[in-house]
Amino acid sequence: MPKYLLLKHYRGGPAPHHPFPPMDQWAPEDVEAHMAFLRHVSELLEENGEFVGAHALTPTRTWVRYGGPDAAPVTTEGPHPETSDLVAGWYMIDVESYQRALQVAAYVSSEPGPGGKPLYEWIDVREVMSEAPADA
Amino acid sequence: MIDDPTRLPDEGALRALVPRVLAALVRRGEDFDAAEDALQDALLEALRVWPEHPPRDPRAWLATVATRRLVDARRSEAARRRREEATYAEPRPGAAEAGDDTLFLLFCCCVPHLAPASQVALTLRAVGGLTTREIADAFYVPEATMAQRISRAKRTLQGRRLDQPGDLAVVLRVLYLVYTAGHAGRVDLAGEAIRLARQLTLATDEPEARGLLALMLLNHARLAARFDAEGRIVPLDRQDRDLWDTREIAEGVRILQSALAAQCPGRYQIEAAIAALHDDAASSDETDWAQILAWYDDLVALSDDPVRQDPAAVLGRAVAVGHVLGSAGGLRETDRLRQVLGERHRWHAVRGHLHELGGDLAAAATAYAEAARRATDVAERDHLVRSAARARAVSARCPERSEPSAR
Repeated sequence: MPKYLLLKHYRGGPAPHHPFPPMDQWAPEDVEAHMAFLRHVSELLEENGEFVGAHALTPTRTWVRYGGPDAAPVTTEGPHPETSDLVAGWYMIDVESYQRALQVAAYVSSEPGPGGKPLYEWIDVREVMSEAPADA
Repeated sequence: MIDDPTRLPDEGALRALVPRVLAALVRRGEDFDAAEDALQDALLEALRVWPEHPPRDPRAWLATVATRRLVDARRSEAARRRREEATYAEPRPGAAEAGDDTLFLLFCCCVPHLAPASQVALTLRAVGGLTTREIADAFYVPEATMAQRISRAKRTLQGRRLDQPGDLAVVLRVLYLVYTAGHAGRVDLAGEAIRLARQLTLATDEPEARGLLALMLLNHARLAARFDAEGRIVPLDRQDRDLWDTREIAEGVRILQSALAAQCPGRYQIEAAIAALHDDAASSDETDWAQILAWYDDLVALSDDPVRQDPAAVLGRAVAVGHVLGSAGGLRETDRLRQVLGERHRWHAVRGHLHELGGDLAAAATAYAEAARRATDVAERDHLVRSAARARAVSARCPERSEPSAR
């Protein structure tokens, strides 16, 4: 079965379906509903036998590269630290098909936002290359 | 693996034998690395064989099987190199007590020049008797990664004389690391740390060892109340105190008192005293913050430059100052830490708490949101986002409670 990475972003991607404020400015009950939904997604994937892993990332990013011999690594926050694409976390799922991956991603994207209305968040779906030939 | 019924009845007893058997092998002159590997093999063999064929003397069985493994390993290696027996410790006369074995092995695993992650892994395997798989699970890394970490750590120990006096401060720190890691993982590391600390207190009279055990017990007593059914963090002032383990608290207090009686207070005894005062309050309003502040004064006084050497203590003290002298005083204390902790989530979380204490909910919401952005733990991040949303909602409903931030 193919594996897919469903990436959530802090920012970047296509133009948002609609603007919404950061979560700490939502009504407390909307925050609860959102977090409960995300817990439910993980549980559902586990029950389906489709869950491989899920991790959240902190929003702090450092770009780093080799500094050359005897030099410290070179770091920067990036050319446009306030606007560039920033991954917030991912689900890794193991599913029957590409269609199923899109279905799961769309379900994640329906997560409730302010007023309990779906966020319609863009989810970045990437297939993970397998380690061995499929007919091995 | 965890719900396999055949391994449950004997596991505790089996694991308690590990330090005794291993210490005996090492004292006999075996290489620590090889002996530890051989014993790990023997343990896995025991888990397989014992359910069907329980041994009459489990300790002798383990020693025999481990020795056989050592002999096999040595035969296959003999052609390559001669043993470096002389490098290793001579058996110490008359050291046959279980407590001595534990201390001896803890000193082996917690040598100062090993990285903390390696000290922890080695301690859990060689003294705790956990399998590599269990340790890997506890720290959410692949088994092969943990196996590599352990074997690299043991290679570092090779050639070191293992009979040198150990550094108890390092042992205490390693056990506390095991304990604090234990709240997150799947294996009960907190329980394991308590078990090891208990063994340690049998081996040494050092009051700080008892202080550490007391601190663990007094914090562990609140574990059932720290998360709700959905896994959400419940902060201390909102916990259902009926869920606290009164027996564990009583034991922690008793051990702490016996440690303090030695009149040689150190950081673990002081932190345990603070935990005991929290545990002692029937409700959060009845918390004796004045006494807690007095203990924090002692804790901070242990360092020459507390802001740099022990900022966590200064931050904890700031909370106590806020409760005793008012939120403005507490916030002023946190200002001293801005340079050192200003980018850490806990600094912002404490400021949020102090603003909330002073009724400035708008400032509290901002500080909690700042803290959430810096959190490195999902449960904590979620808790801080919730706190921010809650504070903001209340400040929007009753703006008269919300004054501009004092700073």
